[in-house]
Amino acid sequence: MKTTGRVNGIIANIVIVKADGPVGQNEICYVWVGDTKVMAEVIKVMGDNAYVQVFDSTRGLRIGDRVEFQGHMLEATLAPGLLSRNYDGLQNDLEKMDGLFIARGSITDPIDFGAEWPFTPLAKAGDKVSAASWLGEVKEQWVMHKIMVPFTMTGDYTVKSVAQAGNYKVTDTVAVLVDEEGREHAVTMVQKWPVKQAVRCYTEKPRPSRVMETGVRPIDTFNPLAEGGTGFIPGPFGAGKTVLQHAISKQAEADIIIIVACGERANEVVEIFKEFPELVDPRTGHKLMERTIIICNTSNMPVAAREASVYTGMTIGEYYRSMGLKVLVMADSTSRWAQALREMSNRLEELPGQDAFPMDLSAIISNFYSRAGLVKLSNGQTGSVTFLGTVSPAGGNLKEPVTESTKKAARCFYALSQGRADSKRYPAIDPLDSYSKYLEYPEIRAYLDEHIEKDWVDLVYEGKTIVQRGKEANDQINILGDDGVPVDYHERFWKSELIDFVILQQDAFDEIDANCPIERQKMMYKMVIDICRREFGFADFEQCSQFFKGLINLFRQMNYAEWQSEKFNNYLRQIEEYVKNK
Amino acid sequence: MTTRAFQKIYTKIDNITKATVTLRATGVGNDELATVGGKLAQVVKIMGENVTLQVFAGTEGLATDSEVVFHGEPPKLRVSDNLAGRFFNAYGEPLEGGQAVEGEAREIGGPTVNPFRRIQPSELIATGIAGIDLNNTIVTGQKIPFFADPDQPYNAVMANVALRAKADKIILGGMGLTNDDFLYFKSVFENAGALDRIVSFVNTTENPPVERLLVPDMALTAAEYFAVDKGEKVLVLLTDMTLYADALAIVSNRMDQIPSKDSMPGSLYSDLAKIYEKAVQLPNGGSITIIAVTTLSGGDITHAIPDNTGYITEGQLFLRNDSDTGKVIVDPFRSLSRLKQLVIGKKTREDHPQVMNACVRLYADAANAKTKLENGFDLSDYDERALKFAHDYSEKLLAIDVNIGITEMLDTAWSLFAAYFSREEVAIKEELIKKYWKEA
Repeated sequence: MKTTGRVNGIIANIVIVKADGPVGQNEICYVWVGDTKVMAEVIKVMGDNAYVQVFDSTRGLRIGDRVEFQGHMLEATLAPGLLSRNYDGLQNDLEKMDGLFIARGSITDPIDFGAEWPFTPLAKAGDKVSAASWLGEVKEQWVMHKIMVPFTMTGDYTVKSVAQAGNYKVTDTVAVLVDEEGREHAVTMVQKWPVKQAVRCYTEKPRPSRVMETGVRPIDTFNPLAEGGTGFIPGPFGAGKTVLQHAISKQAEADIIIIVACGERANEVVEIFKEFPELVDPRTGHKLMERTIIICNTSNMPVAAREASVYTGMTIGEYYRSMGLKVLVMADSTSRWAQALREMSNRLEELPGQDAFPMDLSAIISNFYSRAGLVKLSNGQTGSVTFLGTVSPAGGNLKEPVTESTKKAARCFYALSQGRADSKRYPAIDPLDSYSKYLEYPEIRAYLDEHIEKDWVDLVYEGKTIVQRGKEANDQINILGDDGVPVDYHERFWKSELIDFVILQQDAFDEIDANCPIERQKMMYKMVIDICRREFGFADFEQCSQFFKGLINLFRQMNYAEWQSEKFNNYLRQIEEYVKNK
Repeated sequence: MTTRAFQKIYTKIDNITKATVTLRATGVGNDELATVGGKLAQVVKIMGENVTLQVFAGTEGLATDSEVVFHGEPPKLRVSDNLAGRFFNAYGEPLEGGQAVEGEAREIGGPTVNPFRRIQPSELIATGIAGIDLNNTIVTGQKIPFFADPDQPYNAVMANVALRAKADKIILGGMGLTNDDFLYFKSVFENAGALDRIVSFVNTTENPPVERLLVPDMALTAAEYFAVDKGEKVLVLLTDMTLYADALAIVSNRMDQIPSKDSMPGSLYSDLAKIYEKAVQLPNGGSITIIAVTTLSGGDITHAIPDNTGYITEGQLFLRNDSDTGKVIVDPFRSLSRLKQLVIGKKTREDHPQVMNACVRLYADAANAKTKLENGFDLSDYDERALKFAHDYSEKLLAIDVNIGITEMLDTAWSLFAAYFSREEVAIKEELIKKYWKEA
């Protein structure tokens, strides 16, 4: 029998419930406000008082109102039919909701339970299986969606029977498994998993060893993101976090993209809703929306559901990873999630840590980031979840708790700088502050040796040094004046400007330049480095700046030209000519 | 807010603090309104039988035996077309007497528009101010604040913007307005003959600060009525959101909540977002556009209020005193409209994006030249010309007292280009130069 309770206290969206039976930490319950029920989660238990956070408005709630505990934690529904959907933070399908406004207690099915899917068996009677073993598959959009042994089934099983190929509903039994004690278990195509727990149904979690191409030059060339890796993008408002994330979500070389719009502007999500169903993924020729799932909990939606949204997104990511797919999960912005934690902690009157954030903020963040990763499945295949979050530091100051905690957890750091944004140098990724720890991985070095060029990483470091030296030279020029320094200071500065303008800046609004494949990046980067290695011996600084301004202009035109087109090759020849005639 | 028959009247208050009272009561709903000794209050916390009420007007003069009557419902606003042309206080009661508005009573601070049902904003709002229309074009359904120091004429600019924008309704939410400013708004609207399309909810400095917390929700409930029910284009003016946030801080402090940055409550971001995110473009053609004012202290945008605002709104408009021309201008560097891309060059003339960028770039060159001058370096001929351009640009385009159409702004920019620069220096696409270049 389920535990029930009565409301005994209300402080904003924290409700204290007097329960009549056992209550679990993080258990889900429904609170009845008049004749609608709203979802809530237990966050603290004191005696027979359960403190629950309500994922909705508590307006009009009264002492003595009824509460029903559900006996399980917040769960995601995992089944074919998740792709292309637009969910709120609790996995309610936004498209299925009636009316212009989201009414209180709007609960909609995350999938279409009536739909039939063409099932093909992969396992056969007698096979030994365990959680996440593949039993069969259905075609979802263009992805082969594996039907797996539910993640919650611990221990070993033997397949007794698997359904024949044919059309089935997600709730139909597609396999029967026998456990070690001889009991039979029916398996359907739908399973549930508590979102706050990591899915650990894999044999091994090796270090990332491949690079995930994003088509964004300052990332791929300068600070590559590993497949199964983690990264984060902090930046003040107006620095272009969202534009950068959108660009990556459009271009990244992933099978599945999960976008978690967590506490951000609704109009930005509308942009995705409008664009993604129309844009085509150049790699597969399919519409971007077909590989995308959007979890949307904008800033005016209930705060507690904001916290849940990142977990829901990650859980769906882990589900597709278990099918051997490359998943990219992106969250914009994790600071809003941390703020949701702060609001909760505050109402619980917990002793605060720095900036009133909860003391365990750092642990919560690193725990979450650790759910990403490349994994080896029991059948020897690999799957991955790559996670990229944005952080919105208060006042643009990177010494605040969310940025600092995330820095400890994430391996790539793409710092967006106000200075670069002000001078319209987009993407505003600071070339000196940002880093990718993956460049230090021997596995990644070997991968780049093989896939781009031998000793590519050394070339990357060479470019970084040029940028660093250019900045130092520029500081001197600013202090001493153009005439106050030797000409080679100017040359050093302009070489770094060349890298900046040609490689580090990229026009996200230009059809061609927005997406730069790795092959093209390699060619451009090598050309630029080659020029930087030369000594030109300019007569004076004006000659120097004029030469580089002209050169940069040619390179930029080349960036706007279609790869290896007539126009592109034309600029290539012009550049060679230009450099030779100096 | 009349009392109903057979309502239970409580006469024993247990605790009184500066802003709240606590008493024992049953059957009370969260967020419900009550009258405490004749003052309006709202339920903010219920613990068993103990109900804590926030008294909007402050608890001065309340006694432990003051009468408490619960209304059984959260704050509501009666909506109908008769709202137009009226002035209300923070509770939605008519100012200066007058008949109460008849109509459907709607809860304020209602639910969120389903993001999936929103439409992408695409309609331009012309204000006649080049610092906005040319450089930071505003679109219906957008939310954007003015970031201004207290000594700048932000209310005057906002009144101008409101009158020039072709909105069906203008809703003014005044928080901590001085009485002088309130009368200014009133007379400006009256003189423009626009009173019939204006609704005002005003809390002046003479009213208790906590009352302000109701103003944005009142204004936006009225806005939703006209936009959602009537399909109208509604412009909401909120001034001053810094004073609103200050009131939030007062309440959270009285409720013993732990402050976060700059003594602001930890929920500041969500509290502000709830207001600003009401800006929306609706499928029925109606829209709510929010133009707000956030006053800064000494231009500091890292303070929690402007900082959180910047993360929520779709850009910001900076006012600055330009010492070269002696005029107030909309700062082209620090201002931003995130939604301008949706309309410029599409709903306006094709050369708009390029002209806008060229102007700002040349203005930046002038700023560099100025720094050079201040540091004692020599100016080149180009620097001299850039400085002259900057002066004219500031006077003829950026100044807030300029009132011209967007096409005229573009033409003005082209004549300034020709007056001071060569075609190459302006560096605009060849085909546009051919079409629009004006020989000096």
